[in-house]
Amino acid sequence: MIELKNVSKVFPTAEGQLHALTDVSLTIGDGEVYGIVGMSGAGKSTLVRCINLLERPTSGQVVIDGADLCAMKQAELIRRRRSISMIFQQFNLLMQRTCLKNICFPMEIAKVKKADAEKRARELLEVVGLPDKADAYPAQLSGGQKQRIAIARALACDPKILLCDEATSALDPKTTRDILRLVKDINQRLGITVVVITHEMAVVEEICTHVAILDHGHVMETGRVEEVFSNPRTEAGRRLVYPDGVRIDQLPAANVIRIAFNGGSSYEPLIASLAIDCGVKVNILGADTRNVNGQAFGTMLLGLPEEPAEAAKAISYIKNQPNVTMEEVRDYHG
Amino acid sequence: MADWIVSFFSIADAKMVKQITYLVDSIPYAIWETLYSTLAATLMAHLIGLPLGILLVTGAQDGVRPLPRPLMQVLNVVVNLLRSVPFLILMVMVMPLSRIILGTTIGTPGILVPLTVAAAPFVARLVESSLREMDRGLIEAAQAMGCTNLQIVWKVMLPESLPSLLSSFTTAFITILGYGAMAGAIGGGGLGAMAMMDGWTQRQKAVLYTAVVVLVILVQIFQSVGSHLSARVDRRVSRTARKGAAGGRKRQLEKDKPMGPPGAM
Repeated sequence: MIELKNVSKVFPTAEGQLHALTDVSLTIGDGEVYGIVGMSGAGKSTLVRCINLLERPTSGQVVIDGADLCAMKQAELIRRRRSISMIFQQFNLLMQRTCLKNICFPMEIAKVKKADAEKRARELLEVVGLPDKADAYPAQLSGGQKQRIAIARALACDPKILLCDEATSALDPKTTRDILRLVKDINQRLGITVVVITHEMAVVEEICTHVAILDHGHVMETGRVEEVFSNPRTEAGRRLVYPDGVRIDQLPAANVIRIAFNGGSSYEPLIASLAIDCGVKVNILGADTRNVNGQAFGTMLLGLPEEPAEAAKAISYIKNQPNVTMEEVRDYHG
Repeated sequence: MADWIVSFFSIADAKMVKQITYLVDSIPYAIWETLYSTLAATLMAHLIGLPLGILLVTGAQDGVRPLPRPLMQVLNVVVNLLRSVPFLILMVMVMPLSRIILGTTIGTPGILVPLTVAAAPFVARLVESSLREMDRGLIEAAQAMGCTNLQIVWKVMLPESLPSLLSSFTTAFITILGYGAMAGAIGGGGLGAMAMMDGWTQRQKAVLYTAVVVLVILVQIFQSVGSHLSARVDRRVSRTARKGAAGGRKRQLEKDKPMGPPGAM
């Protein structure tokens, strides 16, 4: 289990102090795929580097399986890091080593016997689907292949935690999906806890079980992905979940509500039945369906009729529907 | 021994015959002296300059093991100071040291100490710039994997910079070859001394030009060998892309090397 307790990180800069992280507390359970999502500059990369102490927090604690990393001596920390692997946006493979030797590298550092290391490396090449690239150099590989080698390298020392720092941001959409599937597969088969740093909501939707929304160094929301995504409670959350939110002020409606369908029911019957049962006509301003872990989550922006009685009738009807939550949208400008 | 040349140049005057005879007799030894003193000085300069260059990178404020800022400042000033003293002056200044270490200040052994002292800071800067070329992400990855600082230097920084270090080595070798020749003016040996003392001072043009041409050829050979080796160990570009890209990359690398002002290393 990874526990971040009141972690803050301040960088001194020429223009004064930069508060990269402020009082961040997170708990990441074993076996979870935990997404940390936020706009660029939100402090995501600093946060993930605090987990293996590549960045030392200015204050706060980083507790992994009950042990406080910040209190460890350098030698102990170095040993500890071998159970926390990391993959990067730029892959960071050693360019002067073959793929096999790259995968052997962490084992070499951990003083594993050479023959054993090579045997394990070849197994890992199988796991990531590149058994024929043992003797190729990274420069000869595509981006997706490089990330696969990086993943194999990350798995070499049987880590308990895998940190992914924007691991798919340099890849095209199809390769991204393949890599994410591989990461998810590894999580499920080996039970490794995965922490995913990303600015892409699609990545979180694809693989994460839990998510934290980070904004200007603060954690705004945390929870299960389907909860947070179907019903973001904070402005920062809404900005990320509905990036191209409709500009309400341009739309011809007095009252705008957002309704969310938590759990796969189709939403067309609701609008139809609203019209049939109540005789209220609503204006669909926008709609979106997200696929979160295989379940469909829909959201819809509805413009209610200008007449207050009609609008109230519609609202009470929607409120009585199961699996539907509703909120009023005021001055929402995307 | 040079009888056949004399008969070949039947029209040559006596002076020319004398020069040619001299050349044939003494140029092999002069080449040997130049090569061995240059190689010895380059190796010794690396013995000091390589660790110093590594220290300049790892000890910097953004390095893997930042050292106290004042210490790094002193180190930088010393390196710059040695690089800014003109080589001929430095040679004279270092003569006492040379006498202590090798017991002589003249001939080929006599120039080894000044060459090393002058070249070591230059090599340190070359090594520094080679190591800085490396992607910082690799160091971060190595730290995340639990490498010690020594492992980062030994297993990441040096092997990853090998192509660049090889081309730095070539640059250092050729620069030292040039300074070694210059040392001929104040009692060194080799091709430089031949050109200066026997060619220039005694007005033997054939000797002068031959010595210079041989130096030019040596530089060409070593540059080609160095560039070739550097390209050969470079895995950072793929084999297929290399044909087009290598030339451009190599030129770029050489442009980035810090070159000393004339007369200083």
